[in-house]
Amino acid sequence: MTSTLVTGPSGAGTKSRAARLVDTAARTWRTNLAALPTLAAVVIFIAMIVYGEAAYGRILQYNTISNLLINNAHLVIIAVGMTFVILTGGIDLSVGAVIAFSSVAGLMLANAGWPAWVVIALMIGFGTAFGVASGVLIQFFNVQPFIATLAMMFLARGLASTLSTKPERLSDESPVRSLATKFKVIDGERVNDLVLTPGVLIAVLVIAVGFFVLHRTRTGRTVYAIGGSEPSAALMGLPVVRTKLWVYAISGTLAGLAAVVYTARLGIAQNITGIGWELDAIAAVVIGGTLLTGGAGYVLGAVVGALVLGLMNVLITRDGGIRPEATTIITGGILLVFVLLQRALTARKRE
Amino acid sequence: MSTTERRTVGGLRVLMRRQFFWGIIAILLLLLVNVLKDPSFLSVSVNSTNGNLVGNLVDILRASAPILMIAVGMSLVVATGGIDLSVGSIMVVAGAVSMEFLKANGQSGGVALGALGAALAVSALLGVVNGILVSVVGLQPFISTLVMMLAGRGLAKVITSGQNTAASNGPFRWIANGYVIGLPVVVLLAVVVVLLVALVVRRSALGLMIEAIGVNPKASRMAGIKPRGLLITVYALSALLAGIAGVFATASVMTVDVSRTGYQLELDAILAVVIGGASLAGGKFSMGGAVVGALLIATLDKTIVFLGVSSSATPAFKAAVIIVLCLLQSERVRNLFTQRRAARARAPKESVTA
Repeated sequence: MTSTLVTGPSGAGTKSRAARLVDTAARTWRTNLAALPTLAAVVIFIAMIVYGEAAYGRILQYNTISNLLINNAHLVIIAVGMTFVILTGGIDLSVGAVIAFSSVAGLMLANAGWPAWVVIALMIGFGTAFGVASGVLIQFFNVQPFIATLAMMFLARGLASTLSTKPERLSDESPVRSLATKFKVIDGERVNDLVLTPGVLIAVLVIAVGFFVLHRTRTGRTVYAIGGSEPSAALMGLPVVRTKLWVYAISGTLAGLAAVVYTARLGIAQNITGIGWELDAIAAVVIGGTLLTGGAGYVLGAVVGALVLGLMNVLITRDGGIRPEATTIITGGILLVFVLLQRALTARKRE
Repeated sequence: MSTTERRTVGGLRVLMRRQFFWGIIAILLLLLVNVLKDPSFLSVSVNSTNGNLVGNLVDILRASAPILMIAVGMSLVVATGGIDLSVGSIMVVAGAVSMEFLKANGQSGGVALGALGAALAVSALLGVVNGILVSVVGLQPFISTLVMMLAGRGLAKVITSGQNTAASNGPFRWIANGYVIGLPVVVLLAVVVVLLVALVVRRSALGLMIEAIGVNPKASRMAGIKPRGLLITVYALSALLAGIAGVFATASVMTVDVSRTGYQLELDAILAVVIGGASLAGGKFSMGGAVVGALLIATLDKTIVFLGVSSSATPAFKAAVIIVLCLLQSERVRNLFTQRRAARARAPKESVTA
C-alpha cells in the first residue's frame, strides 16, 4: 500500500513532495480498485502465516516453504490456466479429470518403454486435445462452457477408467521422475534447507508466461475484453473466436503440464487422481480476487489463492486437534470468509 | 386428412420444436439398445403374490426419483440465473440426519415422520443460508453453493461422526421400497411433488417472476419484483427437494454413506436441466424438460449396468450422450439440417437457373 509512504518526516521543504506523494497514492488507489480483492488475498495470506507462526511455529522456515511450493506446484499451474478461462467469463470443470487421464495414459506409455520426452510431450498433448475439444464445442456449437467442460470431465474420467482402475506406478529410475529431483538452493542448518524441484521452476515459468501474456500482449487484452463484454469485443473487431479457443487450449495444456509435474513428484497415477481439483483451482482463482463473471482479475492472485489453500492444509495438519471429518467444513468456511471479506472491502470502496 | 390426424401431426410438430425432443429420442434409443440386447427388457409383469409391478422400466422410474427431485429444484435455481452445487451435499446431510434420528428413537411410524421432518427442516435451513448468501450478501451463486457443497458433506460427516450410520425402521423403509396399488411409493411421491411444484410455479405468477429475475435482475426489480424473498424461496425449495432426494436415496438401503450418497449428483441434476433445454444463463425453465432430462440420466445409468459395461466407465457414456445432445441442440447443426432440406426443395429450380 503506497499510502504508508506518506508517513515520513515532513519538513517545510518536503511538504510539496509529500502532497505529491499523497496525490500519486490516491490516483494509484483509484485506478487500481480492481486489484483490491487480490490485495486482500495477499494480506490474508500474510495473516495466515503470522497466525500459523504464532500458534504452531515452524511455518516461516525454509523447509516448510519448500514443501508448500513443491506440493502445490500442480495446483498453481492449473490455477493459472483457470484464470485465463474465468477471465473470459467461462469455466473449465475438466482439469481434474484431464490430469487423471493424462497421468494414467502417460504412466502406462512410460512403463511400456516409451522414451521420457515423448511421454511428457504426449501427456501435455492430451491436455491440449481436451482443451481444444471444449473450445470447439463452446465456440462453434454454442454449448455453454459449464456443460462443454463437464462433458470433457466425464469423457476424460471415463477414458482414464477404461485404461486402468488400478494405481499405475512409475519406476524410480524413469527419467520422467527426474523432474522431481530436489536441489538445495539455500543450505540451512540441519534439514532446514530451501529445496526446489524442476516442477516448481516449471510452475514459476508458467506464472511468468501467463503474467506476460495476460498483461503485455494483445491476446491478453482480448481475454479481458471478452470477459467485460463479449459482443462489444466482437464489435470492436477483436479476434473473439480465436482467443476463446486459445483460452480453453491453454487451460487444457496446463492441465497436461500439471499432470507431468504431479506424476513426476508422486510416481503414481490412478483413474481417481485429481477428483475435485477443478474446484480447488476455481477456489484459488476466486480467493485471488478474480470475478467469476469475468473481465477482472490477475494471474498472481490465483497463485496467492493456490498458496492460501496449500497453507490452509499445512495449518490444519499442524493443528492436529481438528477431526478429519471437519476439514471440509473448515475449507468451506475459510473460502466463505475470503469472499465475504473481499465483498465487504470492494463494496465499501465502490460506493 | 381427418382432424384427429391433423391434430396429432400438429402436436408432433410442437413437440419437435421443444428443446427436450431430442432427450425423448435419446431415451427411446437407449431403450431400443436394451431391447436389442434382451428382447424381454421392456416387459413389466405383476408379482402374483403381492400384486406389485416388477420390471426394468419400474426400476428405471424408481432410480430416477432422487434425480427427478433435484433436477426440478435445480431448474428453478437455474432459471434465476444461478446454480446450486450443494444439492448432492444436502442429500447426504438429509440422509445423515434421518438415519441418526431413527437410530436414536426406534421403530414406530411417528419416529419415521419425525426423521423425515428433521431431515427436511435441516435441508431447507441450509437452502435458506444459500439463498441469503446469494440475495442479501450478494455473493455469486456458484461460490455460495460451492461453500455449502464443501461444508455440507463435512456437516454430514460430523453428524454421523464419520461413520456410515445404518438404522432400521419399517415405515421409513416403506418410503423407498413400499408399493401402493402395485406402484412403488417413491415413484408416486416423486410424481406428486413434481406436479405440486409445477402447479405452484405455473398456475401462479411465481414462475414468471423467477424467470424475470433470470432475464434481467435490474429490470425485474424495477418492475416491482422483490428478488430477495424470491431467491431465498427458490434456494430453500431446491434444498428441500434435495432433502427429499436424500431421504429417497438413504431409505432404499437404510444406510447413509457419508462419502458417496449424493456424490456429484449436482452434476447429474444440472445435466438433466440442460438436456431439458434450459440455458444456464437463466431466464427460463421447463418442468417437462427437467423430467425428461432426469429420466434420460436414469435410463442411461440402467443401460450401462444392463450392458455389463464396467461402472467406472459410466462417465464416458454420459459424456457421449451430452456431446451428441448438445450438438443436436446447437444452431449450427440445425442450420445444416434445414439448409440441406431447403436445398433439396430448391434443387429443381436451381438446376433451371444454372
